[in-house]
Amino acid sequence: MTRHSLTASQLAAGYDGLDIFSGLDLAVPPGAITVIVGANACGKSTLLRAMSRLLTPRQGHVLLDGKSIHRTPSKELARTLGLLPQSPVAPEGITVADLVGRGRHPHQGMFSRWTRQDDEAVAAALTATKTMELAERPVDELSGGQRQRVWIAMALAQQTQILLLDEPTTFLDISHQIEVLDLLTDLNRTRETTIVMVLHDLNLAARYADHLVAMAGGRLHISGRPEEVLTEQTVREVFGLESSIITDPTSGRPIMLPIGRHRMAPGETEASP
Amino acid sequence: MAPSHTLSTIVDNRQRRVHRHRLVVALLLLLLAGVFCLTLSLGQSFTPPGDVLRVLLGEDVAGASFTVGQLRLPRALLSVLAGLSFGLGGVAFQIMLRNPLASPDIIGISSGASAAAVFAIVVLSLSGPIVSIVAVVAGLGVALLVYGLSFTNGVAGTRLILVGIGVSAMLESVIAYLLSQAPAWSLQEAMRWLTGSVNGAQLSQSLPLILGLVVFGALLLSRGRDLEALRLGDDTAAGLGVRVARTRVIVIVAAVGLIASATAVTGPIAFVAFLSGPIAARLIGSNGSLPIPSALIGATLVLVGDYAGQFLLPGRYPVGVITGALGAPYLIFLIVRVNRAGGSL
Repeated sequence: MTRHSLTASQLAAGYDGLDIFSGLDLAVPPGAITVIVGANACGKSTLLRAMSRLLTPRQGHVLLDGKSIHRTPSKELARTLGLLPQSPVAPEGITVADLVGRGRHPHQGMFSRWTRQDDEAVAAALTATKTMELAERPVDELSGGQRQRVWIAMALAQQTQILLLDEPTTFLDISHQIEVLDLLTDLNRTRETTIVMVLHDLNLAARYADHLVAMAGGRLHISGRPEEVLTEQTVREVFGLESSIITDPTSGRPIMLPIGRHRMAPGETEASP
Repeated sequence: MAPSHTLSTIVDNRQRRVHRHRLVVALLLLLLAGVFCLTLSLGQSFTPPGDVLRVLLGEDVAGASFTVGQLRLPRALLSVLAGLSFGLGGVAFQIMLRNPLASPDIIGISSGASAAAVFAIVVLSLSGPIVSIVAVVAGLGVALLVYGLSFTNGVAGTRLILVGIGVSAMLESVIAYLLSQAPAWSLQEAMRWLTGSVNGAQLSQSLPLILGLVVFGALLLSRGRDLEALRLGDDTAAGLGVRVARTRVIVIVAAVGLIASATAVTGPIAFVAFLSGPIAARLIGSNGSLPIPSALIGATLVLVGDYAGQFLLPGRYPVGVITGALGAPYLIFLIVRVNRAGGSL
């Protein structure tokens, strides 16, 4: 399977004539999981939007295999680059199978008929996300975790080599967050899908990322392996928070423990405000 | 479960959805055809279906040629054509903005077209197809105005609806003013521009409507798949390869063209554009696309509304009064419900 390269060079984007970030260079490692983290309003989602063509950059380029995504025909792009936005809308009463089938849109012509390939892609997506038994249920009736799996199934039916996700774990409780992240990791391992996602939780980001990107102050602050990126210094610079970093005995990945002003163990002095 | 088995369930279920959709469309067509035939043969007097058929084939039938050929047929045909246009144009806006309140008769496009038509007739003394053209242009102008006024970082559905309601109120007062300045106007003619009516329909009036339906209807249906994808939200649709901004412009032009050309002939038949889409959504459920069922429902609503206004109630009312009486309670229901839950179509 060919691996596609996705890079941003000297990218600047924002709203209302103001740049949220600028001068950003990022090479997404093909076949790996890249996670973008940063404080609120640092431009994580804006970066994802610019990289998926939802937002036209004010400067610089996003290149897919060396070609600007803003010059690629939109359907052609949608066959290589998939996107799951933060708050997708399910039409009232739509069933799971129907919704997942919508992912076939870029593979279908204006009047072309549904093909065997389309059905197979839907079935494969439902199987991969373990939502086959939900196929005929209305999406409105599902739990948050199930619904998120269904949306991921829709993105899978699109059969893209690269998948961008904007906070796929928001509003989910912890077990469902893990379930979704495990599922994405499965896809990455079995299909070699390149995954780029924005996550809020630093520890989950460090746990699941192959490549961790931290943004701060309208710049890409640091990127690399989670062990290199998630340090006490980075947390201080990116979030303005004192912390201690320990190693997760299960995964061997770094874990960030925040240090606040209160609840110090005896012997420690409480920090002054 | 074996993979082939699950695949075949997927296929079966999809085919079932397609069949359901076809069935609903076929039933709606049948209903429309039935009501159409009924209004041709049964009015204040009964004309046997055989006589109706002979009139339609161009024969001269004593006692039937005038009633059927001159009165009932133009009226029924105009009702159907206007209803198709309203139903199609309305549902396009509702789908595109994912809000049943985004119907053209609520966000000012119908009132823009009527105001322009009244202005053309009363002040400029125009008549015929040129009035339709003026109405279409004005409808587009109002759509652009509302779109422009509600544009900040992209268009949010709710903002557009609120701006549209404001613009609509202004245009209604323009219509009222123009009508008050035209003392020679008959009450019936005035009613047409306030609520819409097919009174005094003539066969020649259906030409601009047919033209509008062919041009704008085809344009709209050619974007049917992209429109369907927009139901998932603008971002998701863009991720699926839909060019959202371009699709929006095409849909707006087509829907406004449909609404305005119908409005120029029949006046703004109240709430048909607004009601058709949600009724279609109720009938179709998750089984497929809405535009064609919605158009058929629009046509049936106008036809039945006009028939009821003429024959089923004490006194005679223009069709817009009947559809208005149906639509207003639904509007209230919808506002209450949308405020509570944030509905979509």
